[in-house]
Amino acid sequence: MYNWDFYTVLQSLDLFLLGMKMTALYTVGSILLGITFGLMAAFARLSQWWALRLIARTYQEIFRCTPLLVQILWAFYALPLIIGVNIPNYIAGLLMLSLYVGSFYGEIFRGGINAIDKGQREAAMAVGMSGAQAMYHIIMPQAIKKMLPAFINQSVIQVKNTSLLYAISIAELTYMTYVVNGETYRPLEAYTLTAVLYFAMLFPLTQFADHFERRMRRSD
Amino acid sequence: MNSTIQPAISVRGLTKSYGALQVLKGIDLDLPAGEVLAIIGPSGSGKSTLIRCLNMMEVLTTGDLRFQGQRVSTKFKDKGDAIGTATLRRKVGMCFQHFNLFPHLTVLENVTKGPTVVLKEDRKAADNYARELLGKVGLSDKAESYPSQLSGGQKQRVAIARSLAMKPDVMLFDEVTSALDPELVGEVLEVVRELARGGMTMVLVTHEMAFAAEVADRVVFIDQGVIAEEGPPEKVMKDPSSDRLKQFLSRFNA
Repeated sequence: MYNWDFYTVLQSLDLFLLGMKMTALYTVGSILLGITFGLMAAFARLSQWWALRLIARTYQEIFRCTPLLVQILWAFYALPLIIGVNIPNYIAGLLMLSLYVGSFYGEIFRGGINAIDKGQREAAMAVGMSGAQAMYHIIMPQAIKKMLPAFINQSVIQVKNTSLLYAISIAELTYMTYVVNGETYRPLEAYTLTAVLYFAMLFPLTQFADHFERRMRRSD
Repeated sequence: MNSTIQPAISVRGLTKSYGALQVLKGIDLDLPAGEVLAIIGPSGSGKSTLIRCLNMMEVLTTGDLRFQGQRVSTKFKDKGDAIGTATLRRKVGMCFQHFNLFPHLTVLENVTKGPTVVLKEDRKAADNYARELLGKVGLSDKAESYPSQLSGGQKQRVAIARSLAMKPDVMLFDEVTSALDPELVGEVLEVVRELARGGMTMVLVTHEMAFAAEVADRVVFIDQGVIAEEGPPEKVMKDPSSDRLKQFLSRFNA
């Protein structure tokens, strides 16, 4: 029978907490940047200029159809060979996480905007609003409501995706666990604790999303 | 130019095509200020397309649109001697078959959105005027409701108030009763009738022949993308000259 010993692992609790902090930072940072990329991609896809649509589409397909781990490794190990400049791991990591989630956000945003009846835009234009005013005052408030469940879902995945940063030695939670395991030789306790910590971060988020979705349906 | 002697809206040589399909094939039309014009015609005749061209909701393929004598361009902003769609649509209100109320806003906010966003009106003034208009369409008690809580007839009356809040010179009604249950048509027509009495310049695309005959000063019959017949309602409705119009009207006189 295995002898559980969390005490040894908990000696390094400060490392786990530091890892959680980094995980939270990379999550928030990449979600904010990802929203920017996603909005740009969505509006480019909805644009009347085919060149913009093509660029956005190409970006999205590249990032949606290759694994995030490969993207991170590529940005850190391969890209510097092309541009001749070393890229610090935190920049490569944050950038790839952001571009990756942005490509999915772009589809979520585009879908939300497209789901709004075109009569809404017409009614806004009929009182003299510009396209931008119609988007801001009439279409976006409705579209955001529609896209929120998918957005939260993708963001939950994003929290977990930060764990791939361990591959380029960024000190987030998974990497820290790896470090603690190396010091304590207690993989069962270390990785179990990490799983519990991820769960503790995400479970409230998914519960909030469910609650929010139920509340939204009631007001419809 | 003096706008009082200019028609409120005039079109010359208007054609509209969607790809290879030509829906409007050369329309000339003047709408004098104060006139109530009814546009009738079979489904697919182009009457909805025509009314949507009058506020540039549809861009004309060829032809010339003028508002109070000024040329209207397809651009949003005014430029040179041509006014843009922004100016045009502030002056020419439109109501739609499916109301298109903003579902995320209350009835009051639906009415004040245009004035506050487009005309930069003060919130309080816009609220006051909106409540006055809601009173006129008989919906004072619904100001804080959401569109989903209203009947079709109530929604359409809110939509009319929303257009009137911009203090338009012309109102366009595109089949505003076609999506309503029969028992709700009357309350909407009553509001339109009241506007007509008040001297509002209006264009109505409608299937309500009796109503068109009652409120319109002039009726235009559109068929296959052209004005096939026009004149005062008593002439057009009671004594049609073309076979196609006779045939069209016979369907309403059951």
